[in-house]
Amino acid sequence: MKSTTGDKVLIAVIYSLLFLLGLLAFYPFWNAAVISFNNGTDTMKGGITFWPRQFSLENYRVVFEDSRLINGFVISILRTVTGTLASIAATAIFAYGMSKSELIGRKPYMVLCIITMYFSGGLIPTFLLIRELHLFNTFWVMIIPGIISVWNMIIFRTFFKGIPQALEESARIDGCSNWMVLFRIIFPLSGPVIATLSLFTAVYHWNDWFTPSIYISDTGLMPIQTKLQQILNSNIMSEQLAQMDSAAQGRMSRMKAVTTKSLSMATMMVATLPILCIYPFLQKYFVKGVMVGSLKE
Amino acid sequence: MQKIAYKLEHGQKTGNDSLLKRILKQWDLQLMVVPALLFILVFSYIPMYGVLMAFQDYNLFKGFTGSPWVGFKHFEMFFHAPEFWTVMRNTIVISLLKLLIGFPAPIALALMLNEVKSRVFKRTVQTISYLPHFLSWVIVSGFIMSMLSTENGSVNMLLQKLSLIYEPVNFLSLPEYFWTILVATGVWKEIGFSSIVYLAAIAGVDPHMHEAAAMDGASRLRQMFSITLPSILPVIIVFMILAVGNLLSAGFEDILLLGSNPVLRDVGDVIDTYVYRIGIQNNRYSYATAAGLFKSLIGVFLLVGANYAARKSGNSLW
Repeated sequence: MKSTTGDKVLIAVIYSLLFLLGLLAFYPFWNAAVISFNNGTDTMKGGITFWPRQFSLENYRVVFEDSRLINGFVISILRTVTGTLASIAATAIFAYGMSKSELIGRKPYMVLCIITMYFSGGLIPTFLLIRELHLFNTFWVMIIPGIISVWNMIIFRTFFKGIPQALEESARIDGCSNWMVLFRIIFPLSGPVIATLSLFTAVYHWNDWFTPSIYISDTGLMPIQTKLQQILNSNIMSEQLAQMDSAAQGRMSRMKAVTTKSLSMATMMVATLPILCIYPFLQKYFVKGVMVGSLKE
Repeated sequence: MQKIAYKLEHGQKTGNDSLLKRILKQWDLQLMVVPALLFILVFSYIPMYGVLMAFQDYNLFKGFTGSPWVGFKHFEMFFHAPEFWTVMRNTIVISLLKLLIGFPAPIALALMLNEVKSRVFKRTVQTISYLPHFLSWVIVSGFIMSMLSTENGSVNMLLQKLSLIYEPVNFLSLPEYFWTILVATGVWKEIGFSSIVYLAAIAGVDPHMHEAAAMDGASRLRQMFSITLPSILPVIIVFMILAVGNLLSAGFEDILLLGSNPVLRDVGDVIDTYVYRIGIQNNRYSYATAAGLFKSLIGVFLLVGANYAARKSGNSLW
């Protein structure tokens, strides 16, 4: 088909807009990475944009020597692995049960689940419940309350229903129980949906800083994102201080602010690293996963 | 025969067995479901029940059962609080701004991506634009603080290069920029990821319609607005309903992280952050719960209303 001049202009506009958008999406990340690789005191002179001016690994060395940050990193990994495994396993088993039409009470059970998607007790009653359950300041406060995800259950269930019934029936004739069917037939066939939901759950666990910030006061239990939030918070404080105070005092705290800045950039990069590592491999899965999720039963 | 045997084994109704007997027969299935339901009862329904503390003077030591009932006292206090109108205005304005700009943006992106013929270019833009969705708000707020900083912030440097400003502006401590920053950050984080659904919907549009339109001399732009957009309208409406239902959730993490400066409270305090500050930080549990409950009620009305409107147009959630 021939394209008219108008079409060519449109295409040109679209390509430039998308290029600009790509740049805008990428630049903040790139800039932070560049600052993290630049000498801290040099950074405060300003003007760092696309490339480091004085390349340095000093910031990273400090981050990796800080036992509190490393500890936070380890907690994050422990939380992500435990939380994802527990939540995906528990939710998938739940979903398999809910996918069986012979399950007695399936309809009321489902209603019970759906209601929670629209109503919740909100922050304060949940906070007090967690307190009553003595989950404060425990590792498990980050794992247990979110272990069953109704949203994921519905996605799993939709997927399980699509698996041919004949497979299960033949397994049953061979003497498999429901649990064996689940582990030997259903799970091995559910690779894509397990991968997608695991990715989303893992990203949630890795990124969540708010739960630990209200339920955990023991710094030894704090994941990296919560610690990073504290660092960034003190960073703004010092920057504002630098602006308000007299010149001399200002210069001093500015020095401090800038080194905290390059340090926090390096910490940010370290905290993003796991996501950057798994992201490219899982992209094709999550694009499909979003489709499954957006399909209404 | 086999079917009856299967039904017997799995507890379906074959004869006049009692309900309990049938449930016990499928104990393995029930075992998969009941523990999860108990979890939901504890972690979702107990807090829902706990919402009743909004009508009490909840006392930590007396607990839920021992605290005195006070009716609508806390609601009245909230409505008469000096912050009430500020909080309501911020919640509504920020929500509406986010809806107005954040909702159409991914649709526009999907429409544009659909016109791209180069696979490499398309994949690159998609991969980059999805990424921010996977970063935590802490990291994203770190980026924003760094970009807007007066020290080495790229935005200030660019504006100075272009001679639009002469002195670096401390954007994050000036109330007049806060809403723009919030909305822009929200779009930045989610535009790519939200576009996935629309791209999928566009992929399902029958190509014959485009061919026919092109035969009739419709330009690409014309096809975009007269064929692609109407074809994905049902998907748009479903997501619109969901967005309206969540309208009052103006955002929480972003405002908490970017608006931590008390100077910004006049423009940045929304119901959710207010509940957090009053409830968790000042321990006024009943009062904060009342404010939160007020928000949920409006949210439910909005959802039902949006769905009612959508049903009239023939696309509804339920």
